[in-house]
Amino acid sequence: MTENSNPSRKAAPPGGPALEEARLRQQAIGVKLRHMFDEVVNEPVPDEFLDILRRADERSSGGSGA
Amino acid sequence: MSGASTPPPKPPSADDDAFKRELVALIPHLRAFARTLTGDPTAADDLAQDAMMKAWDARASYQMGTNMKAWTFMILRNQFYSEKRRSWRQSQLDQEAAERTLVAVDDPESPVALDELRLALATLPEEQREALILVGAGGFAYEEAAEICQCAVGTVKSRVSRARKALQATLERGGYARDGRAAGDAMRSILADADRLSSVRG
Repeated sequence: MTENSNPSRKAAPPGGPALEEARLRQQAIGVKLRHMFDEVVNEPVPDEFLDILRRADERSSGGSGA
Repeated sequence: MSGASTPPPKPPSADDDAFKRELVALIPHLRAFARTLTGDPTAADDLAQDAMMKAWDARASYQMGTNMKAWTFMILRNQFYSEKRRSWRQSQLDQEAAERTLVAVDDPESPVALDELRLALATLPEEQREALILVGAGGFAYEEAAEICQCAVGTVKSRVSRARKALQATLERGGYARDGRAAGDAMRSILADADRLSSVRG
């Protein structure tokens, strides 16, 4: 990690603080993106999904060849 | 390492059980990916169910131990685009609806940051949005995302990079600005929100 940026150094290289700020913003966007995705991942799965899968499984295993 | 030419037919039920367990564990992720593609919870669950069944029907062609998450995401994505191609008129309507939504969000109670991020995502070209979602939210490596999107790794990298820049620019510009809200508010609330989220997570 590049945590060694010295805030007291006024003569920052051109684009230095701007780059750091951009990096922070990208990081924030990344956190929000993951949060948005994880919110759905953490929702309980509707029963419908498992029902459909169970029916398909029964068809293929209980169907005794077809 | 015996050079077995044809693998013996395996008892299907044991393999099916393992496959099913893995598939069930992936359902929440398929739902999340579908939600980002369609933007609509009901359509997303329909899509995720279709993809789940396609994966189940194709289980014989899946090699256990390989990346099932990437494999099922690829199936879901293909399903999404083939349905879209079939109904291009519908997608035009969706586009119009999306544009209406962009200007119609005026619920003062809605959590600003998430809303703004969703809207900004909606303004990205499709291939950039999916690349960013896969890598930035789904936790896929560039190589896996390339496999899912069936394109070159370099293509995914450049799509993700362009998506990130565009997203940031949109959020800073407040390109779809709600009336009365100063430009840059979206970015500010995202910064604050991200800060809160990461401190909650420790």
